Amino acid sequence: MNLKRKNPNPDPSSPDSDESTQLSSPFPDEVLERVLSLLNSRKDRNSVSLVCKDWYDAERWSRTHVFIGNCYSVSPEILTRRFPNIRSVTLKGKPRFSDFDLVPPKWGACVHSWLLVFATKYHFLEALRLKRMTVSDESLKFLALSFPNFKALSLLSCDGFSTDGLASITTHCKNLTELDIQENDIDDKSGKWLSCFPENFMSLEVLNFANLNSDVNFEALERLVSWCKSLKVLKVNENITLEQLQRLLVLAPHLREVGTGSLLQELTPRQHSELKSAFSNCKNLNILSGFTEVTSIFLPVLYPACTNLTFLNLSYAVLQSDELSNLLIHCPLLQRLWVLDSVEDEGLEAVGSNCPLLEELRVFPASDPHEDEIVHGVTEIGFLAVSYGCKKLHYVLYFCRRMTNAAVTTIVQNCPDFTHFRLCIMNPRQPDYQTGEPMDEAFGAVVKTCTKLRRLAVSGLLTDLTFEYIGKYAKNLETLSVAFAGSSDWGMECVLKGCPKLRKLEIRDCPFGNAALLSSFRKYESMRSLWMSGCKVTMNGCRLLAQEMPRLNVEVIKECGNDDCQADKLYVYRSVAGPRKDAPPFVLTL
Amino acid sequence: MEKEGLGLEITELRLGLPGGSAPILVDKNEKKRVFSDISDDHENSSTDWKLTQTKNQVVGWPPVCSYRRKNSFHEKDRLETSKMYVKVSMDGAPFLRKVDLSMHEGYSDLAVALEKLFDCFGIGEALKDAENSEQVPIYEDKDGDWMLVGDVPWEMFIESCKRLRIMKRSEAKGFGLQPKGSHKGNSKDVAK
Repeated sequence: MNLKRKNPNPDPSSPDSDESTQLSSPFPDEVLERVLSLLNSRKDRNSVSLVCKDWYDAERWSRTHVFIGNCYSVSPEILTRRFPNIRSVTLKGKPRFSDFDLVPPKWGACVHSWLLVFATKYHFLEALRLKRMTVSDESLKFLALSFPNFKALSLLSCDGFSTDGLASITTHCKNLTELDIQENDIDDKSGKWLSCFPENFMSLEVLNFANLNSDVNFEALERLVSWCKSLKVLKVNENITLEQLQRLLVLAPHLREVGTGSLLQELTPRQHSELKSAFSNCKNLNILSGFTEVTSIFLPVLYPACTNLTFLNLSYAVLQSDELSNLLIHCPLLQRLWVLDSVEDEGLEAVGSNCPLLEELRVFPASDPHEDEIVHGVTEIGFLAVSYGCKKLHYVLYFCRRMTNAAVTTIVQNCPDFTHFRLCIMNPRQPDYQTGEPMDEAFGAVVKTCTKLRRLAVSGLLTDLTFEYIGKYAKNLETLSVAFAGSSDWGMECVLKGCPKLRKLEIRDCPFGNAALLSSFRKYESMRSLWMSGCKVTMNGCRLLAQEMPRLNVEVIKECGNDDCQADKLYVYRSVAGPRKDAPPFVLTL
Repeated sequence: MEKEGLGLEITELRLGLPGGSAPILVDKNEKKRVFSDISDDHENSSTDWKLTQTKNQVVGWPPVCSYRRKNSFHEKDRLETSKMYVKVSMDGAPFLRKVDLSMHEGYSDLAVALEKLFDCFGIGEALKDAENSEQVPIYEDKDGDWMLVGDVPWEMFIESCKRLRIMKRSEAKGFGLQPKGSHKGNSKDVAK
């Protein structure tokens, strides 16, 4: 049921209407709305809403999905007033650096106040996707009981809830199609939530509980999988054995995405071939993940299933180079690959040789480099090898032990289409290991060559020159992450003045101070947010910014025991909702 | 950390004239640093950054999200210290299982867990009355010897147990089990 607009058309017979009114709307509004309802891209919709008042109105009535990148940039009241017909909401909360423990607990981003408003204004809400939000069991129960049409819940990197909250969802949401629980900080009490699905429950399409460690009732899971004929995504947790996984695959050979459980089980030859056959019967399988505690013996089971794989997530699998190599021979259509650096440069050479269609590569560190005595991992050699073999590469996240300017320059010449270039040389301020020079020229090459670059993360020893390059060349850059880099305020000033599309800037431990912060303070209104921690900004500098720009929220996170003058952690963001009303005592709004 | 040069000077605010340029804060002691200063200056920074120079104390670096850290980085710790997984095989059962010995408080607790795992009874009985039971739970210790489960104190058992096996009585004869209560001639004094 869509809420109807009031007074959609001016009455042609009324004395007030005239030639000009009719000319201003060449289409009846219903037609305009119908056309606009086909628009999905939020950038397009935002552009449409700026054309004229009629188009603004038509757009807002026809929008069914809304994305809010910063939950404090707008209030639920303002949102529901503008968009009355929303069915699906995506909300992001804490600043990204909270992933690295830089944001204290209980900072905020609670979903509850949103749910309270949605319960009255969006009674027919179907989907809620949350990232870095705090969600309580009470909120989950409220959600489960308030929205009769609720279908899809996705929680990514959230905290504050337990498996009891999940049980509310599985018990009450009769139309649930998606339950996606990923990388959250959950209080995992028991696996009973799975058994709370009603007996004849049939609608599930996506189930991801890899995050959870408690045992679930396998019979209940089996029943669920056999009843839900539309199930496309199934990602189980570590307690599901290989034998159990095999039984699930036999019940659901139509699965597109599978996340394995524990792979430690030793299989008899018969079990081995049964599992292999179960995998190869999954003709629609495109995405594989899981792989914790993987063993060499297991991998060949997958080979027949890999023919159509487009995304292989091995980022929790400690694989050696030959194991990866043997696996990749069977994955010719691979587009996205996530691995651990245990595969080393040799493993990446195999990537270059076997995956010509590769578009995205993420290489994570297998162990904490600070604590590891033995140095393994990947270097510039592996990255180079991938760039020679994978010409379509446009997304990379690469954690490495060493890098050179020359290698990066060659890499971007081989792959000039990078949209996302995130390079992390793990030792802070490490120079080019061959020349001893800063890594300025590497990132200079990246921004000069990759004109489509939207996201950049820099590392290594960097002077202001890197930022001069970024400001001068990175005209499409939207997100920039900086750590332990730069020489002076000038570096940050270059970026603020130079990158017209900059939306998110996150900085830690750099010598940027008040002069940099205040050099382009109007810039921040065109951005989603700025984060600066461990830099040289002071409270007075932040107060000045807050004074000059009343429509920005300028927040400082104070940690005890530090100098009162220093602004330890600064978070600046634009908002139409005004200052936060729920800020904890350690967050000072200036 | 030294703080001179960045103390009170920062608070010297100069507001611009109406319609003039934005107010600028000037830190008179700040100068552009040539990069050689930086590379030499690692250990002796004159700025008052919070960053400590010791690698191990950098919070949130490398930038791996905390979920991944917990599940990847400390995997060795997880498996070796906080958890004590050993493989368990049972004669006649088609597949191996694993148990976390650190999760159990004693032999009877372990027996219950094993019975659940293999869906059978009798292990508890076997521990009490080894001579007459159908199943014989044995374990391989650090030295590679097979011992009867229940012989040694629990704490000693979980430290030395590498693998568990539930054997049929008929197989047990002639298997080469170390006799009950035998001292193995190592320097640790078992008897207390």
